Amino acid sequence: MTNLEKFSETTAPVVHARDVRMSYGQHEILHGVNLEVAPGEVACIVGPSGSGKSTFLRCINGLEPVHVGSLRVLGQEVGYDLTNGKAKAWNAKQFAQFRTGIGMVFQRFNLFAHMDAAQNVACAPVRVLGISQQEAAERARDQLARVGLADHAHKRPHQLSGGQQQRVAIARALAMQPAVMLFDEPTSALDPELVDEVLEVMKGLARGGMTMVVVTHEIGFARDVGDTVSFFDEGVVAEHGPAREVLTHPQHERTKAFLSSVR
Amino acid sequence: MTARTAPFIEPGGSEVPVTRTIHWGRWISGTVALLLAAWLAWLFIDNPRLDWAKVGEYLFNGKILSGVWVTLEIAVLATAIGLALGVVLAVMRLSHNPVLRSLSWFYIWFFRGTPLLVQLIFWYNLAFLFPHLILKIPFTQVGVFWDTNQVMTGFTAAMLGLGLNLAAYFAETVRAGIQAVDEGQTDAAYALGMTPMKRMRYIVLPQALRIIIPPTGNEFISMLKTTSLVYVVAGNDLMTNASQIYKANNLIMELLIVASIWYMLMTAIATWLQTKLERRFGRDAVRLVRGGGLTGRLRGLAGSRTIDQGAGA
Repeated sequence: MTNLEKFSETTAPVVHARDVRMSYGQHEILHGVNLEVAPGEVACIVGPSGSGKSTFLRCINGLEPVHVGSLRVLGQEVGYDLTNGKAKAWNAKQFAQFRTGIGMVFQRFNLFAHMDAAQNVACAPVRVLGISQQEAAERARDQLARVGLADHAHKRPHQLSGGQQQRVAIARALAMQPAVMLFDEPTSALDPELVDEVLEVMKGLARGGMTMVVVTHEIGFARDVGDTVSFFDEGVVAEHGPAREVLTHPQHERTKAFLSSVR
Repeated sequence: MTARTAPFIEPGGSEVPVTRTIHWGRWISGTVALLLAAWLAWLFIDNPRLDWAKVGEYLFNGKILSGVWVTLEIAVLATAIGLALGVVLAVMRLSHNPVLRSLSWFYIWFFRGTPLLVQLIFWYNLAFLFPHLILKIPFTQVGVFWDTNQVMTGFTAAMLGLGLNLAAYFAETVRAGIQAVDEGQTDAAYALGMTPMKRMRYIVLPQALRIIIPPTGNEFISMLKTTSLVYVVAGNDLMTNASQIYKANNLIMELLIVASIWYMLMTAIATWLQTKLERRFGRDAVRLVRGGGLTGRLRGLAGSRTIDQGAGA
């Protein structure tokens, strides 16, 4: 049994951040983030640009380092092995192993430009999990059907619309059968008429019980689909609570100001 | 831009035709250039000291033809060595391992810092330093043994010298190609659980190679003619063979013309192939390079602050 499977049987938080701080050189970006995401929860993160939302999301799967505090994801301290009373930094293999349990969807899709949609989805299961080409092809077909793109399996990313590309990116992340999905402003780079098709796929995932951390500017999505909302401001969580409550009756001035500006 | 030819119609219905513009500048410069070219050509054609019959005679001489073949062989093999090693050096140069990075830096510095001619002569005369080449398992008697003089012929010296030298230059091209691949590709590869090696092997290099395929055509074309340096180590290539013939019969100019005709023909064919390659991969390359010109590149710079290690700290 892998750590991941063991973990999925517990009710411990999937993400547990305590006083997470990180800096680029002298410049501190996160000033002590505290956040918990429970299994099955859809946690939305909103806030003005430059507030550290995306940076925090990238910390969750170790794409950015945490410099102070503790960030436990799927039961592990991200980036460090804490056994035997010593904190030993992970090597590249340990990072890779850890990330197989976490799906991530990027603002700019980041589909592999030299592969078609099906190859994009099948690539990591073959190269990382080591499953057979045939099995991966089946998995790719299933996942592409799940996001409504069964007919586009053999198109290259540049032949797909932004909305379609983002759905392929979601299918690609799901093909790894992750325990949690991270979304980094998944609709911000889309033309307005393409936003809904991506949000629909994400709603379906949420209904299926997937644990999701979603950085978004789509307040409607956060209100309707999110369980909790965290309002990020200047590198801290300024307000946190049930989605509807935070978004309809914000307590903090900054939250109020932000919400009235995006509406 | 196409000039107007349709006549103007006056309100009264009469036509005003458009007269053709005469480009005096083009006519004058064209005539001067033609006259100069004709005069230069005539200097050669009419030169009583140049025996054109001999040029025709030696053009398909057996020794020349075998030289053409050897030149092609050396150019292809040296380019292959240069490209393969260049990719390895570029990956080492971008590695996070400081030892690999320094090794690559040293190699590139060394091979770009010494003249190619010196390197060729060095390899050819390797036997002075190491009369025997021995490849064996340490502390045992198991291994292979060569006589350096037999291994290091003009041909192998040429292939090694040119190949190792090209690798140093090509490494920089590959490095630029790798760095031109969008950083988002690396993010996505890491997020899917790839190690830095797998990211390079399956995601970044395949895209970088599409970007650098057109310049490889250039390297090969240049290599075709650089092979003529092999003449100093008697590599039996086109230039060596031509020189051996003119040293015997003193028809220096005639044989240089013969050699040049073959070099130009090979270059023309290689150029044609390169154009086809560019057409095939050029469009791909444009698409793969990170989008949005300068702003895209600035975004790339900003992104480079983040850890590319796949490891957090």
